[in-house]
Amino acid sequence: MAILADEHTQVIVQGITGREATSFTKDMLDYGTKVVAGITPGKGGQRVHGVPVYDTVRQALRDHPAEAAVISVPPALVKDAVIEALDNGITLAVVVSERVPRKDTIEFLEVAKSRNARVIGPNTLGLISPGKVRLGMAGGPAADVRKAYMPGPVGIASRSGGMTTEIANLLTTRGIGQSTCIGIGGDPVVGSNFLDLIPLFDRDPETKVVVLFSEPGGVIEEKLSELVMAEKLSIPIIGFIAGRFVDNMPGVRFGHAATIVEGDRGTTKSKIEMFRKAGIHVAESFSEIVDIAKRYL
Amino acid sequence: MRLLEHESKRILEKYRIALPVGRLVGQGEPLTIDGPVMLKAQIPIGGRGKAGGILAATQAEEARQKVSHLLKSNIRGYIPKAVYMEEKKAVKQEFFMGITYDTVAKAPVAIFSAEGGVDIEELAQRKPALVRKEHFTVHSRLPLHRAREIVAEAGVSGKLLLGLSVALATIAEVFLDYDATVVEVNPLALMDDGRLVALDCHLEIDDDAVPRHADIAAMEKDTGRVEGERRMSDFERLAFNIDNLDHRGVAGRVIEFDGNLGLIIGGGGASLTAFDAIRAHGGRPANYCEVGGNPSVLKVKELTRLILSKPGVDKIAVIMNVVSNTRVDMMARGIVKGILESGKNPAQTVAVFRVPGAWEEEGHKILSKYGVPIQDRTVSIDEAARIAVTNTH
Repeated sequence: MAILADEHTQVIVQGITGREATSFTKDMLDYGTKVVAGITPGKGGQRVHGVPVYDTVRQALRDHPAEAAVISVPPALVKDAVIEALDNGITLAVVVSERVPRKDTIEFLEVAKSRNARVIGPNTLGLISPGKVRLGMAGGPAADVRKAYMPGPVGIASRSGGMTTEIANLLTTRGIGQSTCIGIGGDPVVGSNFLDLIPLFDRDPETKVVVLFSEPGGVIEEKLSELVMAEKLSIPIIGFIAGRFVDNMPGVRFGHAATIVEGDRGTTKSKIEMFRKAGIHVAESFSEIVDIAKRYL
Repeated sequence: MRLLEHESKRILEKYRIALPVGRLVGQGEPLTIDGPVMLKAQIPIGGRGKAGGILAATQAEEARQKVSHLLKSNIRGYIPKAVYMEEKKAVKQEFFMGITYDTVAKAPVAIFSAEGGVDIEELAQRKPALVRKEHFTVHSRLPLHRAREIVAEAGVSGKLLLGLSVALATIAEVFLDYDATVVEVNPLALMDDGRLVALDCHLEIDDDAVPRHADIAAMEKDTGRVEGERRMSDFERLAFNIDNLDHRGVAGRVIEFDGNLGLIIGGGGASLTAFDAIRAHGGRPANYCEVGGNPSVLKVKELTRLILSKPGVDKIAVIMNVVSNTRVDMMARGIVKGILESGKNPAQTVAVFRVPGAWEEEGHKILSKYGVPIQDRTVSIDEAARIAVTNTH
């Protein structure tokens, strides 16, 4: 089993005629993802790699029922695109676009909440359930995805898109497969963060252990530790926290927009301490992720 | 983007929040004052009062000297470009009010305390009951009755309740209208004459929303607004220029360190990982950087040359996560060209090359032509860092 999406998931791509979307639509199709329609207002009637393009989500879904949308439109249009998807019954929206104003993100998340729908991103490369489905552009062309990812029992949730593939690659090259791998998005506010996703892995019988990739900034790791300490989660978790050197450079911006440390808030030191206190394994080196994961397989 | 106090106050003024009478003063400006004043350094960081950035004066000559002193001071890493001078009047009581996003709850949150003028986070830790926090939605905003509920829960009643609720609802409007990520009025003061006045204000605007606010965008373009202590080093400035050579990909966020191992690392998460790993293995990086998004050969070449031009740096480690967008062959070409143009031998200069992914066969061909060993995807970032450090000693 995979979480969020599998080989049966029917997908639409909003903004499909854009350069980036055209390219990852092909990669998704090559990987076996069921991309049933695309939407670009004003370009209805065209085809992108054989996928029919519609002017509106409503028209697309009338001909091609789907539950998931990958959204890749300019930042100023993202809010409307997500709400259009949700209004038409999409239950999983993967927002690839970056530089989305935070107020817009919060506003479409408010709508998603009222519809019981799930949003991944914004500013995410997407997610992959190896051998089953891939939503977004994580991992690049299908041939490259097959090299870095393979099916198996490890879940991945990462604040960095590139490191999602890197962790999968580390595990794959050591013969360990993955259930679902999610780039949660680099923004300070994302639709699904560790707190939202770990419980899904926890309930998934196939996933035996979860690997998290964290960076400085934000308090989500601290909150996750509280959740684990309250014994709300039983799945083993491995945390890898990059950017330890950043603790000594307050106020300097590294990595993602979320990666800014002010005072004691969001330092890697505080995250590591909280993880340890909660019994979350902290991988001291990147390679150690494998050694810890093996204990649970 | 954090606005300066005087910039924030111009916005509050538009929303009819009462402010002390004040104006900006510069170096050597003749001053006339009619009563005690506060002189406040305009710097984009909190805690300036404790750091000596806020001074009081009662005489014009005293004020002039203190302004001059502030404009020469380094306060929490900033050198103020201007001082804001405000009338100083007697205060009866101080309140805290602020709006920000709760990134975990994914909602805006209004914060109010009847004990203002203090560090609110410290107060929230010490006496949580005194700090009221309530979420609201972007869609419904913060209606006056919600603001009133929050202020009333904090124990305020009577005429004061009405004035404070209006102020809280108003700053929530500022927050939403301006795409702010923080609005904080601390303190909002009840003056002896009964008026409610915003003595200080801290406003931060979402960087991604600046383009839709013409007034803020104009401020952002003004490079003379603030002057930080940590100015770019010459090395960092040159690196910044390299990243602006063209719009293809990123070879940026270069920060200079004093080690001997040059780093070309990327993307964002992998750079953090690789830098930590180099240090953990005992290596001393000469720089940090974030390369990604398929930078041009030109940019990679120039960055390589720049790093190798640093005295004492003759090894370079190239480490990236498995790439899909960035092309390995373009990276390899840029690195080799940069090394050759620096008059060095690629085989002796590359401490490690570990960039697996798109176009890797082509990249490996280029590197093997110059005798540079390649680490493939089976070598982890951590192992690549160890190899680089071993080859540098």
